Amino acid sequence: MLSLINILYLAAAVMFIQGLVGLSHPRTAVRGNVTAALGMLLAVVATLLDRNVLGSGVRGYMLIGVAIAVGAIIGAVFALRIKMTAMPQMVALLNGFGGGASVLIAGAALHDAVNPNLQLLIATAASGIIGAVTFWGSLVAFDKLQEWLLPGKPIHFPLQQALNAVLALVALGLSVWLVLDPSSDTTYWLLVAVASLLGVLLTIPIGGADMPVAVALLNSYSGLAGAAAGFVLNNNALIITGSLVGASGIILSQIMCKAMNRSLANVLLGKLGSGSSDGASADETYAGKVKSTSPEEIAMLLDTARRVVIVPGYGLAVSQAQHAVRELATLLESKGATVEFGIHPVAGRMPGHMNVLLAEADVPYDKLKEMDEINPQFGQVDVVLVIGANDVVNPLANTDPSSPIAGMPILEVGNARSVIVMKRSLSPGFAGIPNPLFAADNCLMYFGDGKAAVQALVAAVKGG
Amino acid sequence: METFISALTIFVLAVFVGVFVIKRVPPLLHTPLMSGSNAISGITIVGAMISIATPSPVSTIFGFIAVVFATINVVGGFLVTHRMLGMFRKKE
Repeated sequence: MLSLINILYLAAAVMFIQGLVGLSHPRTAVRGNVTAALGMLLAVVATLLDRNVLGSGVRGYMLIGVAIAVGAIIGAVFALRIKMTAMPQMVALLNGFGGGASVLIAGAALHDAVNPNLQLLIATAASGIIGAVTFWGSLVAFDKLQEWLLPGKPIHFPLQQALNAVLALVALGLSVWLVLDPSSDTTYWLLVAVASLLGVLLTIPIGGADMPVAVALLNSYSGLAGAAAGFVLNNNALIITGSLVGASGIILSQIMCKAMNRSLANVLLGKLGSGSSDGASADETYAGKVKSTSPEEIAMLLDTARRVVIVPGYGLAVSQAQHAVRELATLLESKGATVEFGIHPVAGRMPGHMNVLLAEADVPYDKLKEMDEINPQFGQVDVVLVIGANDVVNPLANTDPSSPIAGMPILEVGNARSVIVMKRSLSPGFAGIPNPLFAADNCLMYFGDGKAAVQALVAAVKGG
Repeated sequence: METFISALTIFVLAVFVGVFVIKRVPPLLHTPLMSGSNAISGITIVGAMISIATPSPVSTIFGFIAVVFATINVVGGFLVTHRMLGMFRKKE
């Protein structure tokens, strides 16, 4: 029976990998997700045949059934209710539950172990530390994204790093103690308590704009905690899946860091750009050079445009302007223009977020272009519409080595024939620096409030 | 020691498979990738079910909560991923 169960686990793991392979293209992604879900069903059914589960009789099956029903209802309500703009919060919570489950599984295994061996003890300590850091770190990340109790901005206090280092050392010390004397569960729960505090303290210095990295990293931790729980139970299904998820989270955090040209350490310590602030002031940059425009003027410009690229930033999502933008794009296409979207990797609040928000507004996915794909083409673009984005189109990233965003890859919209920036005011973005693009010869500013401004533009284009 | 080495072998090889497969996922689908990987990390449900089934009441309670957590991951993760992927349409 044991080998049958393990073969079913292997099949489930293969189905998970196939599911991830399916995500390499939107055409195959839905089927991939269904394959992975069936793999999960298979793994659960296989576990129902486990010797311990069979031995637990009706009571065991009842409890498992009730727990699954409760979790399924909560999960389904979350999944069906959540707004696409709140997806980072949802993923943060799911990361946390994954970490929490690993802490509890390792705790239960330690409690039941008669003569725990070295592998079980070390893996239990690892599950406890990583799982607790993930659980509490994710709750803090959720809270920061939601802006409930804690502000989105970084929280710093004196000796923060020193305190974190001490807590990490205490957690390691408790791990050693647990390995040397596994007779009492108390050591394990002390370890979990210390790691919990560490999880909170590690996440509070990370700023709201850096949350994509934090959420991706916590995603990775939740996988590693699961893999550690797999070592506790000697369960290959957990080990394989945990390492897949661990790898995924790490790759995504690296991509996000690269897109902001910051090191992971820099993000985790909550340091904003280290560049000096002695660059040109806003007044010097903008004085007398900023040209403001009206919807009618833009409509005339768009009327003759053959190729239009829209660059969305998070400001677009905040003002719920996705649908109005989609309407504008359809309208321009009906007039014979080609309309595409240039998406910066950090345009949303988590990896790939902006793509989901635009897909929700019915923008076809083949119109959504990655930065590397669209950048060489801006020279052939007639009009670029920048909506609610700022730092990701700031040319200082390429020209001023002392700027806080120096070296960050940007969308090079300045190469287009004309650029229209829709923004409420000339206020700076997260980096807190002026944007010389706004004062460029080929740039027009269209001041207005997201959704209403786009709607006014739609009306003007229709009228023209 | 033998079991540990074979578990470690599986872990290391799976990390390589993971890196290989994940790198092929385009940025377009990175959000569904994260929610989908959350769903499959709900595989901890398997370990949690075994904890429920042990005779000790303490482990049963831990296992029960862990099954609830893991199921939220599984059901919430797969459903929300399905919902998102349904939005990615090609131009008609």
